[in-house]
Amino acid sequence: MKNLTKMATIILATSALLVGCGKANSSANSSSKASSSTAVSGKVTIVGSTALQPLVEKAAENYQADNSKVNITVQGGGSGTGLSQVQSGAVTVGNSDIFAEQQSGIKAKQLVDHKVAVVGMAPVVNKQAGVKNVTMDQLREIFTGKITNWKDVGGKDQSIVLINRPEGSGTRATFEGAVMNGQTAKKSQEQDSNGTVQKMVAQTPGAVSYLAFSYIKSDIQALSIGGVKPTDANVTNNKWKIWSYEHMYTKGQPNKVTKSFLNYMTSAKVQKSLVKDLGYISIGNMHVQKDASGKVTSK
Amino acid sequence: MDPIKNKIQNSSRETRQDLLGKILSYSCILLIVLVVLSIFFFVASKGIATFTVDHGNFWTFLTGKTWNPIVNNAKGQPEIGALPMIVGSFGVTILAALFATPFAIGTALYMTELASKRGERLLQSVVELLVGIPSVVYGFIGLSVIVPFVRNHFGGSGYGILSGSFVLFVMILPTITSMTVDSLRSVPRFYKEASLALGATKWQTIYKVILRSATSGILTAIIFGMARAFGEALAVQMVIGNAAVMPKNLLSSASTLTSILTMGIGNTVMGTVGNNALWSLALVLLLMSLLFNILVRLIGRKGRM
Repeated sequence: MKNLTKMATIILATSALLVGCGKANSSANSSSKASSSTAVSGKVTIVGSTALQPLVEKAAENYQADNSKVNITVQGGGSGTGLSQVQSGAVTVGNSDIFAEQQSGIKAKQLVDHKVAVVGMAPVVNKQAGVKNVTMDQLREIFTGKITNWKDVGGKDQSIVLINRPEGSGTRATFEGAVMNGQTAKKSQEQDSNGTVQKMVAQTPGAVSYLAFSYIKSDIQALSIGGVKPTDANVTNNKWKIWSYEHMYTKGQPNKVTKSFLNYMTSAKVQKSLVKDLGYISIGNMHVQKDASGKVTSK
Repeated sequence: MDPIKNKIQNSSRETRQDLLGKILSYSCILLIVLVVLSIFFFVASKGIATFTVDHGNFWTFLTGKTWNPIVNNAKGQPEIGALPMIVGSFGVTILAALFATPFAIGTALYMTELASKRGERLLQSVVELLVGIPSVVYGFIGLSVIVPFVRNHFGGSGYGILSGSFVLFVMILPTITSMTVDSLRSVPRFYKEASLALGATKWQTIYKVILRSATSGILTAIIFGMARAFGEALAVQMVIGNAAVMPKNLLSSASTLTSILTMGIGNTVMGTVGNNALWSLALVLLLMSLLFNILVRLIGRKGRM
């Protein structure tokens, strides 16, 4: 009797699980059908880059206020997660700081790129270093570990503390693409969030790292490179070289509702206000364009 | 029909209830077991793929010092030397346990043997409060207080194993303390009474009787604390510096298994070498927590004898 009950329980539980799975699948199918048939209603799931997340979240909020039948979910997880999830079809849109071509394990041909903003990045140092300007070569030598003291670049006698971003992060890929010239950075501290890096640079004497413009506050010193200041205007004509696009990738052409939202992201309404407010640069202001291999051409 | 016969032959409401309860609890257990097994299977299959699919060398993984899974070395194998992280994880764990144990035992002894009822209740709530603080808060305190402190008093940049151990010390202190309190309380009363009756002082009783008979419980407490320290990610990540290089000393930037794992996982793509290598680290973590569990069991068994 006891064994029988056990068996029955196992069968019951397994079948419950199976039924549960089946249900989830069928409902997902029906919802995707619904989204393609009616005007703009449906569900959009967006996953990926944490750098782009605040912008997309805010835009999604505003968009849903106007289109109440659309349900948009925005999640972080990182550029790699975004790209792999959209490639596998698990989400509708994958956010990424880097081109899909730059990410190993991604078949970029399957994905369609929608560039929604530009973000500029600058090297930042602790204020006590006493340095405000370096040349590109000096910056590279700092990050390869050839220069280890600030006095060698005109600053105080203070040893340099490198704070890097993790291998494979979008910010690091952009920075290395523009600065390192194919050389590998010295193994050093790595931190994965802009906020933590900002705090660390602010309080560690001799610290140097790089941050998106929006994270550069008054308690840290942004470096000019070869006399060029890190400003939005210098990014738009590529005088300032360290910048990247914020991408929103879809697998193949987007469906109606996704397309509508992506159009909203590039519309003047978002680009003129939200993009600017959150520290990004509007895609429309750019006088140049960059391709996946890093080649810059004028528009 | 005969009501008595009816009652005997048919199941009553209570027996049906009994059966329902049984079914409910069995299916819950089954679900939990399934979840645990599938987690094990998932982590193991991903973690082993580094060696089977991507041809990583297992020996390199355990003893290599270069962590750069995306790049292949001269032999065409991915560079997956995880020794720096393994050393880092063990370093912070063991140091934190060393720092925390004397304080934890002291606090526990005070709470069980010396304090008045009020003092005991006060300490109890302090310890519980420490448990409830989220690890990101510990991390921020570490970043703004401990890192500058270490930099100014010990040298270096302030990021390193020493700072990590200091943060973990506070985090595992309540775990070890409250478990030690439990084991001290479970020492039979008559041991203490007999010892005092023989003319031993309070200190002699504590040292020679209470601590001795609670040893296995205290060891279990320490290992639970170590397990917590080993698995802690966020707070350590913020103060240890996350450099995947062999730590030269306690003050140079180092990394732990968890810190490399949490930083890298969002930037890699499922199924690639970089991602699988991270799963291998996760597998090491899982096996370590299994080992900690087994240790606790063994000690518990020895203590019972």
